[in-house]
Amino acid sequence: MEYKDYYKILGVARDATQDDIKRAYRKLARKYHPDVSKEPDAEQRFKEVNEANEVLKDPEKRAQYDALGTGWHAGDEFRPPPGYGAGGDGRRWQRAERMSPEEAAQFSDFFSSIFGDLGGMRGGGMGGDGGFGGRAGGFASRGSDQTARVRISLEDAYHGATRQLSLEVPEIDAKGRVSSRTRTLNVRIPAGVTEGQQIRLAGQAGGGVGGGEAGDLYLEVEFAPHPLFRAEGRDLHLRLPIAPWEAALGATVSVPTLGGKVSLKVPAGAQSNQRLRLKGRGLPGKTPGDTYVQLEIVNPPATDASAKAAFEALAERFKSFNPRAKLGV
Amino acid sequence: MTQSQAGIEGELLDEQRALKLAELAHVCGVSVEQVHSMVAEGMLQPRGAAPEQWVFRGVEVIRVRRAVRLQRDLELNLPGAALALELIDEIERLRCRVRRLEQHLGAWQDAD
Repeated sequence: MEYKDYYKILGVARDATQDDIKRAYRKLARKYHPDVSKEPDAEQRFKEVNEANEVLKDPEKRAQYDALGTGWHAGDEFRPPPGYGAGGDGRRWQRAERMSPEEAAQFSDFFSSIFGDLGGMRGGGMGGDGGFGGRAGGFASRGSDQTARVRISLEDAYHGATRQLSLEVPEIDAKGRVSSRTRTLNVRIPAGVTEGQQIRLAGQAGGGVGGGEAGDLYLEVEFAPHPLFRAEGRDLHLRLPIAPWEAALGATVSVPTLGGKVSLKVPAGAQSNQRLRLKGRGLPGKTPGDTYVQLEIVNPPATDASAKAAFEALAERFKSFNPRAKLGV
Repeated sequence: MTQSQAGIEGELLDEQRALKLAELAHVCGVSVEQVHSMVAEGMLQPRGAAPEQWVFRGVEVIRVRRAVRLQRDLELNLPGAALALELIDEIERLRCRVRRLEQHLGAWQDAD
């Protein structure tokens, strides 16, 4: 397993005071809190920061960690010295406040090798999501909920899809030991989901002690960038290139939508940035979204003599047209 | 160990999903009193006048859970969590706007 440099994770010196550690931890916890941060690795960082804090905030644990010596670097291959870890000296660390067995199970192998398996308190006595008590035996508690992100294409959001997900779920054996195992789920994504929406899968997050219910799995929907459409709620936005004569004379043009090609009537005298609405052609729902088409006039290249002549004829015909009249030039 | 199950159907927590007070509390793993405090703080806007008639929208499940996590992990009190939720919503709106504006900007090049 890899050695973890808890001081480096919190960005403090090895001789930092407990106050320094607390300050550094609080700052990083705010920065990487998964509900606040949009950084892609926020969740991982938040876990690391919590693990580091778990050790360094407690002078006893900190001393035990420091006793490993200063010769280690983050990522070094680590093997715990004899006497460390679960059952080494018969001592069991009390599980920290506000930490559920599932959370303890998310701590690294490195952590467990030094401080033992924190989830390993016998006889139950652990609660999901923070509630815990020292009661022995016959105590049922609910497993923690989990949140995972699922990235889908707009096409999947439009048609609905099935996604295979792998997630680590905690498993608690009869002795109260926590381990994690990989579980594969096939989840139905309903048609018409929008970005940021969550799907709740009751009882799919595992955990649960003494016959307690398993936690719920929440899937947060995220859209992969689409080459043509941008989604805003159920509405879709599309930029539609049109030729100058289509804009001037009006035309019926073919437009892509998620449901297939449709015909759109461009009104005569259309301008760039003008928006046309295709009602009900957005993402489906009780009230389906719309697709907004933003026109963009695109000129054909004028490279050969006859193409140039065509534009010159146009310039001649519209000699008095000043597109910059409003700019006063 | 790997376990496979075919096509589990979840529930979409959207505007259409409606929850009564007790159901919201159960789903979020909080007490009915905690939900009351969040309504009093203006963090949740149920339809219906009295608590027995309150109907919450599916998206409010996300708000309650987020508020609980923020309070627990960052040691915030309820008004603090309420403020954080509002700021998170505001950032989300602004991000959306930035994406929209960026799309309008297009590429640029120096003029001769």
